[in-house]
Amino acid sequence: MQHSITRKTGRGTRQSRNDHPAVQALLIVLTILFFAAFIFMPLALVFAEGFRKGVGLYLESIREPFALAAVKLTLITAAIVVPLNAVFGVTAAWAVSKFSFRGKTLLVSLLDLPFAVSPVIAGLIFVLLAGSRTAFGSWLADHGIRIIFSTPGIVIATLFVTFPFVARELIPLMESQGREEEEAAITLGARGWQVFSVITLPNIRWGVMYGMILCMARSIGEFGAVSVVSGHIRGMTNTIPLHVEILYSEYNYAASFAVASILVFLALVTVALKAIVEQRVHIHQRNNPS
Amino acid sequence: MPPFTRKNRHILPGFGLSMGYTVFYLSAIVIVPLATIVIGSFNMDQQAFIATVTSPRVLASYRLSISTAIVAALFNAIFGFLSAWTLVRYRFPGRRVLDAMVDLPFALPTAVAGICFATLYSPVGWIGQLLAKADIQLINAPSGIVIALIFIGFPFVVRTIQPVLAELEPEIEESAQSLGATRWQTFRRILLPHLFPALLTGVTLSFARGIGEYGSVIFIAGNLPFKTEIAPLMIMTKLDQFDYDGASAVALVLLLISFSMLLVLNGVQRWQQKSYR
Amino acid sequence: MKHFRTKRSRFTVGLALFSSLLGSTAQAAIPANVTLLNVSYDPTRELYQSENAAFASYWKQKTGQTVTINQSHGGSGKQARAVIDGLEADVVTLALAYDIDAIADSKLLATNWQQRLPQNSTPYTSTIVFVVRKGNPKGVRNWDDLVKPGISVITPNPKTSGGARWNYLAAWGYKQKQTGSPAKAKEFVKALFKNVPVLDTGARGSTLTFTQRGLGDVLIAWENEAHLILKEFGSDKFEIVAPPVSILAEPPVAVIDRNVDRHHTRKVAEAYLNYLYTPQAQEIIARNSYRPRSAAAFKKYASNFPNIKLFTLKEFFGTWRQAQKTHFSDGGTFDQIYTP
Repeated sequence: MQHSITRKTGRGTRQSRNDHPAVQALLIVLTILFFAAFIFMPLALVFAEGFRKGVGLYLESIREPFALAAVKLTLITAAIVVPLNAVFGVTAAWAVSKFSFRGKTLLVSLLDLPFAVSPVIAGLIFVLLAGSRTAFGSWLADHGIRIIFSTPGIVIATLFVTFPFVARELIPLMESQGREEEEAAITLGARGWQVFSVITLPNIRWGVMYGMILCMARSIGEFGAVSVVSGHIRGMTNTIPLHVEILYSEYNYAASFAVASILVFLALVTVALKAIVEQRVHIHQRNNPS
Repeated sequence: MPPFTRKNRHILPGFGLSMGYTVFYLSAIVIVPLATIVIGSFNMDQQAFIATVTSPRVLASYRLSISTAIVAALFNAIFGFLSAWTLVRYRFPGRRVLDAMVDLPFALPTAVAGICFATLYSPVGWIGQLLAKADIQLINAPSGIVIALIFIGFPFVVRTIQPVLAELEPEIEESAQSLGATRWQTFRRILLPHLFPALLTGVTLSFARGIGEYGSVIFIAGNLPFKTEIAPLMIMTKLDQFDYDGASAVALVLLLISFSMLLVLNGVQRWQQKSYR
Repeated sequence: MKHFRTKRSRFTVGLALFSSLLGSTAQAAIPANVTLLNVSYDPTRELYQSENAAFASYWKQKTGQTVTINQSHGGSGKQARAVIDGLEADVVTLALAYDIDAIADSKLLATNWQQRLPQNSTPYTSTIVFVVRKGNPKGVRNWDDLVKPGISVITPNPKTSGGARWNYLAAWGYKQKQTGSPAKAKEFVKALFKNVPVLDTGARGSTLTFTQRGLGDVLIAWENEAHLILKEFGSDKFEIVAPPVSILAEPPVAVIDRNVDRHHTRKVAEAYLNYLYTPQAQEIIARNSYRPRSAAAFKKYASNFPNIKLFTLKEFFGTWRQAQKTHFSDGGTFDQIYTP
């Protein structure tokens, strides 16, 4: 998706002249209506409910120790998951896009698989794998190693759920870029790592960034899979989404939506990051016109 | 020739390392854990397995999950395409805000989304009030499930079309138009075929995600057997009876449906790419 | 098998003795802090918040040890499953005995767990009542009113909610008591569920559907939950209707043997559960609208507990294992309601 960003500067205005202004207006209105119904309404509800009992309670519920513990756990999880999946995504995209091999379709489909797995199943499989009903799980328990119902379980389930984002982002990009540049460098005597860091990485770094942003968004918001492996111990294994659910189940709506709005803010931070990324690409492009 | 081996030698290094790591990480995070539900299903004898996955109620839940996911995916195909088009091609105030908000469904926990929609569309909610006057109730019906799934799948479609659309060479369109093609003809003959693979990817991902979605749907569906009971809820129901094998069996079938969708899609795409070259 | 079991229980007794010996020799060196995990079901959040604080100060006074009790809440069946899969609960306090039986089946605690504490290991009971909108516009008084045409009833899914199973059995038992016929009872329950437009997956989900989304005329709920609804959502909007007959719901508690032995927390875990039977704890129980076992506490809060004729599970359904099999397992009477 990234190469999009690098080249779209200034083109929109030129192309948009092709559409009749009435058509443009109609399509814009339709889009805004859709966003209003499906994105802005729920968002507005989150804030309306969060502030219903006043700013004081809002601040109190997001500063309360259990909420802070949940924020911490969520951020720790994201901090582990995002880099791991980014490294994997780059590696997998390199393998898929720079070489021809049999079974590529199968491999790419397997990479997509976590998108298609129900979050419930995503949690369940780790319980089936390392839960104490299994030999592996009881071995872990006997050695005092906790995976399920503890932070490692939450991290692994989140890894699974956000697994494809970076790879998905990079494969089409790197395939469209081809391998000529790298091959030329190799023929000129460059080493593998040099080629990667000098040629490939600069070409894909914004794509990596974009994939990481999506991965980040999904990892802070994941509910289904994490809820299965968490154990729901307050202040210990609750991520923000789980804490939201607990507050909601306690009939503590204002607090629950207040905490949910933290997630919206985190999403906005990632969105702001993205804007900065795009901005820098523009500057970068102006300075180095290709 | 075994799979995942190089067909012909390339100049580039790192095949062994990158492929090795890819396969290792893929196995550790995805394949081995998923194998547990296959093994779980094998604990049952064949008859019990077939009886479980073909019981009328389970079949009804598959039908519901698949049909609502299809409707939501089609809806997303239209509005996702439309949104991507407007966001990439037009300049209007607030465009950046809309563009930024596309990812929101990823970040908002699905349970919160479900609660929000159930509240909005309930007879006392902001939207539901208006609908109630017209005697329309969208929640606690398949339409409620579709609403939740549209939300969940929307970013997939927009985010796969956007880059391709932005990447299209303007010369193609311009030359078509200078040759006398109308705007609509250019769109149908030139743009749509170009965008179709991306659209297909987005729609399939949105569909696949929709089949498995649980967190948001249970708040808005109504969960009545044979009417609004989705397949992932059947898995949960089995688990709550401590029937791990039955749950694995239902999950396995769900997984196979999704996976074959992905396989067909990726096959179509590769095939299309090859025919372009 | 029997021989094996006695041998095994002797072994556990021995183990317990041994560990308590260890405990007593190490008395001087008992850790200053101890942590327990209580895995419970949804409606008990408020109850255990108070009970845990009370027990902590009691225990501090008695032993000088600081006890922290962590809580985990969720659907009863899901919580039981988490414990089976390795959630290291020291004690479980669930909605029904069947869920603890399932934990016992995976050898985490003795199968005779329900005999280990007084009164079937249930320090508090509850029953099933109705919540209606203020003024009771549909005039709901008794179970029979729930099957009338035009009445919309909200109750969660018995497959996924422990509370919903009590609701189901309460309705069934009422009819069977009245007519003496299980067949009539089945017809009755079937008619009742014809009036149910939404089956939420948990009791709290149903409460929200009823209170926040304005659906339904009657909510079937735990008695304690009904009081909480009035408190949280306003007694100016809802009122409780106590049917003349209902079920005695017994949510049991148990120590998870394997986990307390692993954590060396048996002593404090057992003391914690026994504490629930003490007068102070019973009063907290009554204050939270659970029916206390202690007559004194019951009397003090009698206004909370209208006079309902309560029948027990045993009367019509046998043990929880039997009730589960007949009514809620795949193909049971609940599934038959929805067979087209």
